[in-house]
Amino acid sequence: MSRLLRFHLGLAATGIVLIFALRLIGNDYAWYTGYVILQYVLLSVAWNVLAGYAGYVNFGTAAFFATGAYTTILLTKSLNLDLVLCVLAAGLISGGLGLAVGWLTLRLRGVYFSIATLSLAVVLQTLVVNWSYAGGSSGAYTMRPQGNNLFGNYSEFLFVLMLVLALGAIAAAAWIERSRLGMGLAAIRDDERAAAAAGVPTLRLKLIATAISGAMMGMAGAPLPYYASYLNPEAAFSLTYTINTMAMTLIGGTQSWVGPVIGAVLLSALQQGATVTISSAGNLLIVGGVLILFVMLAPKGILGLVQASRGKGGAA
Amino acid sequence: MAYDALVVRDLDAGYGAVRVLHGVSLRVPEGQIVALLGTNGNGKSTLMKAILGLVKPTRGTVRARLDGREVDLTGRATEEIVDLGVVLVPEGRRLFRDLTVEENLVLGAWRACARREISGNLRLCFETFPRLGERRRQRVGSMSGGEQQMVAIGRALMSMPRILLVDEPSVGLAPIMVKQTIETIGALKAKLGLTVLMAEQNFTQAIRIADRGSVLVHGSIAFEGETAESLGDNHLVRQFYLGT
Repeated sequence: MSRLLRFHLGLAATGIVLIFALRLIGNDYAWYTGYVILQYVLLSVAWNVLAGYAGYVNFGTAAFFATGAYTTILLTKSLNLDLVLCVLAAGLISGGLGLAVGWLTLRLRGVYFSIATLSLAVVLQTLVVNWSYAGGSSGAYTMRPQGNNLFGNYSEFLFVLMLVLALGAIAAAAWIERSRLGMGLAAIRDDERAAAAAGVPTLRLKLIATAISGAMMGMAGAPLPYYASYLNPEAAFSLTYTINTMAMTLIGGTQSWVGPVIGAVLLSALQQGATVTISSAGNLLIVGGVLILFVMLAPKGILGLVQASRGKGGAA
Repeated sequence: MAYDALVVRDLDAGYGAVRVLHGVSLRVPEGQIVALLGTNGNGKSTLMKAILGLVKPTRGTVRARLDGREVDLTGRATEEIVDLGVVLVPEGRRLFRDLTVEENLVLGAWRACARREISGNLRLCFETFPRLGERRRQRVGSMSGGEQQMVAIGRALMSMPRILLVDEPSVGLAPIMVKQTIETIGALKAKLGLTVLMAEQNFTQAIRIADRGSVLVHGSIAFEGETAESLGDNHLVRQFYLGT
């Protein structure tokens, strides 16, 4: 129990250190960069719940992410709801979407599941484009509040919000790994039919994983309208989110939550740096290049490299 | 009172357009071991899978009598059937290779009643297979075939089965391990009062522990024998197994 407590305290301490470190920089750009990096940490940890733990590759990250973003737009427009409440609602709606999609598609295995999730983004984007209340194809503007009660600077508030979400997702992922749910998912990943024969309720566990993963992705997208202050369907449903998330997780390693965190921090920091110094169009090129290198040289990601070197060290 | 723990009636099952089982009827009396005999491709595994709901039968019924209650298993989800106490040791073992011995075993304990008894059942597994106790933290993928078969049987025991289905326990094992594995199944049946349906190609070993045998040919039961002698005398068995 004390180990768990120490882990949670460690997460909280990391968060506080990050906030104060960025305050020292005292620059809006630092909050923005931090926000984007944490957003990818959250997305990657979420994606890994289904892909790393259960072995189901979801190509619909952008769909869940955009569902969260549009939840905020609709709730702000109709009810003028506070962003924090929008985030919670986005979690519920994206989680529900995950459940519904899972119920329709999880009977499919392997690549068929992936194709089905890929089409989800296309379907939802078409829906939003033709929905004028949500801004239609021309997009929607969100007025950012001048400041925040707790944090004077709204950029800082957005950063802290994403930080809390990302740390919460890490805690949840770490819990899943140790839980019965995590072990059941690992059994599904190794051999789904054998898992069923051993009595593992495979469909139920997969649905839970899809719902958790979808809810996290939706929450990652919920603050986006405030971050960008303008959102159109093309940007929200961009395949970039899907590809980045997958690449980051694969580069970091899928064995535990540590992998997606490492991958997301490294790759998105690299992307942010390249955006400023080289060009913003070079981003996907970097991702593609790094991914190819990893697939060829370290197919199990950074975690796999660390484990391999440790294994050698132990044997020697 | 002796009664039948498992009754299969007029079962048809297959994969897509291919029908494998044609009107299979079979009964397994409570507390007995029935050996399901037959060479490759005659439908033994398909019958096992159909009983467990991994393959959906197109006709016929599977009924079980568990804890004095008659239950229809036909059309139920696999996890529900396992939850009732009917458990399969699958062909080729089908373990979770990346997990440790202990994790594989604990994964067998998904039934509510088994979940409360995990530590006691682990002890039972390690008593039955001391080898597994020594290697509880080892990754299953790195173990020998015989050890993996122990894990597979242990995983089934963890669910506290009433009816145990064992599919080809001898596949890929050294002859000495085949003998041991079959003997262990016999001993476990006696110790735990299990009802066992065991598909096996190794006739001479299977018949040592079986109370009766059924021969499956081209998806139908061709012969049922009550004793080892009657099975040994049967022309089908002689043709397939004994080469005479």
